[in-house]
Amino acid sequence: MEIKKINEYEWEIPKTEGMNVPGKVYASEKLMELIKQDKSLEQVSNVAKLPGIINASIAMPDAHQGYGFSIGGVAAFDIEEGIITPGGVGFDINCGVRVLATDISVEEMKQKKKELLHDIYREVPSGVGRGHKEKLSIEELESVLKNGAKWAIEKGFGVKEDLDRCEEYGCIENANPADVSQKAKSRGLGQLGTMGAGNHFLEIQEIQDVFDEEVANVFGLEKGKVVIMIHSGSRGLGHQVASDFIREMENKYGNENLPDRELINAPVKSEMGQKYLSAMNCAVNFAFCNRQLMMHYVREVLKKHFPESKNHLVYDVCHNIAKIEEHTVNGEMKKVCVHRKGATRAFGPGRIEIPEVYRSVGQPVIIPGSMGTFSYILVGTKKSEELAFGSTAHGAGRVMSRSQALREIRGDEVKKKLDEQGIDLEAGSMKGVAEEAPAVYKDVDEVIKVSDSVGLAKKVARLKPLGVMKG
Amino acid sequence: MSYEFLEHTADVKFVARAPTVGKLFVESALALKETMTKGTEIKGTDEKTIHAEGKDFESLLRNFLEEFLFLFDAEEFVLAEVKELMLDDEAFKLTAKLKGANLHDYELTNDVKAITYNEMYVKQTEKGWECQVVLDV
Repeated sequence: MEIKKINEYEWEIPKTEGMNVPGKVYASEKLMELIKQDKSLEQVSNVAKLPGIINASIAMPDAHQGYGFSIGGVAAFDIEEGIITPGGVGFDINCGVRVLATDISVEEMKQKKKELLHDIYREVPSGVGRGHKEKLSIEELESVLKNGAKWAIEKGFGVKEDLDRCEEYGCIENANPADVSQKAKSRGLGQLGTMGAGNHFLEIQEIQDVFDEEVANVFGLEKGKVVIMIHSGSRGLGHQVASDFIREMENKYGNENLPDRELINAPVKSEMGQKYLSAMNCAVNFAFCNRQLMMHYVREVLKKHFPESKNHLVYDVCHNIAKIEEHTVNGEMKKVCVHRKGATRAFGPGRIEIPEVYRSVGQPVIIPGSMGTFSYILVGTKKSEELAFGSTAHGAGRVMSRSQALREIRGDEVKKKLDEQGIDLEAGSMKGVAEEAPAVYKDVDEVIKVSDSVGLAKKVARLKPLGVMKG
Repeated sequence: MSYEFLEHTADVKFVARAPTVGKLFVESALALKETMTKGTEIKGTDEKTIHAEGKDFESLLRNFLEEFLFLFDAEEFVLAEVKELMLDDEAFKLTAKLKGANLHDYELTNDVKAITYNEMYVKQTEKGWECQVVLDV
């Protein structure tokens, strides 16, 4: 596939037959070498063929091969002429990250870290088959789907201020539980407040570096203090919603004429498109509520070990989602349907979607590294809105298969290495640890460098792991 | 009859081979079970019957395998073996009788999110039938 270098960090896939717009990739030479090794670029060009796509099919610096869209894929579609596709959201709808900032210093934490991590591991269900603690009726689940994290706050699992510091204020509108199948609901019933396995994790981290004091102050981040990061999604409920609509759309529209079967789609304004949007929003709300409950369990553990300490939610971001947003297209403000698959919203100052406390500086963007490596907090920019519909990367991106990881890496050796770096680990399985070892991911520092240099989102703080919990 | 796992950067990919489509589907179910259980031996103490339908072999296979994810999350059921599989290869419908157990009786740590269409095929070969499936994990 032809790819043209525009400047140090920008590449273009020229518009060829079948493509409605060109492809655009933000990456360094080093990251581009990795991106070229799988089918990401082909997937970027496939997305450019979908009806109603605006400006470009865009890939973030952490792009790698996905289903339909690449992971790290961003595309906006016209509301009238364009489409919405489950292949542009992913199976783990509203997979996302939140960060809880505390006033606990690293020194204080180091003395109690092991017990704290162990207690968190006990209190936050993870892995497979470790069910939730809240017994839900179907009516309550439906209320979760409609109300998201608001449900949790009403039940006492958090404070009202938490909602002000979530994307969509923890509750996305236009979510009708009637659009979610019974099957999806049954899968979700036992999983609210659980982390799951795979790449999901919870980390105790130290704010090691602050790059932008002023913004860090606004976000409530102070060097040398401890934060807790939670990375999880909508679990089986979200997976089932995605699968259901891939099937329903295929039954309705057929899978002929598609560049990839997983790019099955429906016009945004069609009944099917609207139904998917509503069901997806229900899964989005489930995930907000899920992370809220986990954070509540973490707070309870913090209270036990540090009774005097204070904490606040910094922000909760989604990185698998499609949303109706307003963006400037050809000089005019226009409603478009933005898909971010493995990409984080990165709105700059002034946007009304951003909580008032952050509106003057831009939204917090949370980018987790791989297990045991740095994570980052960045701030959204106006530039990002011009270049990528207000989006940036979402993480490191895999480079090594799970089977290769299992052949080449031993979980206990990963644990030993983490130990040497002073990072504690609680995990359900050593195989799982090997599969998610730092070596299987791209260098997150390089991803951040590109985001910061291009201006997709600017660096605010770097977080170093002190303790990791994996499913 | 067999299945084998192939390299895939982010997820799990397998190829299965069998003399008939029905047996091919059984092999695929076992490959999925292997991904979920990683060699843990599951006792066949409980029984389940499932139905699936599609509009071609690929969609039927996907819908069939998806049932196991549903049983796992919603009914805490993990597969031991497929006792019987009745396939209507003209209407693309099937019924399968399963043996398995409650997942809480085991220490399982592997989550399969979804069955995907990515690189999926079901095809006839000189020796019988072959399929490829990528699992989102």
